Amino acid sequence: MPKLKSLEDLQKIREQAQRDLKVRTETGTKIIVGMGTCGIAAGARETMHAILAELQNQSIDVNVTTVGCIGMCSKEPLVDIEQAGKPRITYCNVHPHMVPRLIEEHLLKGQVIEEWAMGRVSKEGIGQD
Amino acid sequence: MRELSLHILDMLENALEAGATRVDLNIFEDLGVDRLTIVVQDNGRGMDAETARRALDPFFTTRTTRHVGLGLPLLTAAARRCEGNLALESAPGQGTTVRASFRHNHLDRAPLGNLTDTLLAFLLSERGEIELCYCHQVDGRAFEFDTAAIRAELGEVPLSHPQVREWLSEYIAEGEAELCRAD
Repeated sequence: MPKLKSLEDLQKIREQAQRDLKVRTETGTKIIVGMGTCGIAAGARETMHAILAELQNQSIDVNVTTVGCIGMCSKEPLVDIEQAGKPRITYCNVHPHMVPRLIEEHLLKGQVIEEWAMGRVSKEGIGQD
Repeated sequence: MRELSLHILDMLENALEAGATRVDLNIFEDLGVDRLTIVVQDNGRGMDAETARRALDPFFTTRTTRHVGLGLPLLTAAARRCEGNLALESAPGQGTTVRASFRHNHLDRAPLGNLTDTLLAFLLSERGEIELCYCHQVDGRAFEFDTAAIRAELGEVPLSHPQVREWLSEYIAEGEAELCRAD
């Protein structure tokens, strides 16, 4: 069977992507998943997969990345959402089934899901909600 | 950990934390001699002999965020219960190589699992520019790629771009599926 995906596809993506790249990196939303040993063992990779799949389903443009252990291993998988001009929110024990609501309420409606959030990091420092 | 690919992700994360700019991940499956070997080699800061020895101790970590370091001990245990072992080679400034081997058809050997998600989670990390040279061999047939070649095609467009992310996921899934197809 011939390969469906090839490196040549990347040329097309490159041409398309260059146009909107600047806007994305300067104003975009970022989702950060904890991927230390503790995160991985708690299912962070599956959570990340669910996030990527949901974003793709809904055609939402978000930068998704990972970070190492930050010391709250019992709260893993940890997911941080950072949006320009808003405090960074840390959600704890985020499992794949929670992802659609997280995307819907936090990303699309702009409402923090208080019962899942652990805290928020503003420019002034860390605060508990 | 329920899949060996989760251990692999953990080792790749170690390479990131070691400040590596390049990681070689090799997975060899040789059904003839009933062996599965996973080798993760990075060019990070490396460890002296004492640190390398202690890295296998679950109560040692260089992190300041917690007091235990379970990554390598868990992989060692996984290898040992499958008539395999773990070898760690490292020297300051020379990088680190982790080599884990397993009896391929051992009853207790966890499946390799979802390598696509493991590689994607690693490639989407933004902790420094790191190149991955990946090679997965099954009885001499191979699926391999090098992120340096992918980045060369992309220019300034990052691997984390949503469309690139999607392409990577499909490219890897397809390569792995092709490899596992019995022919």
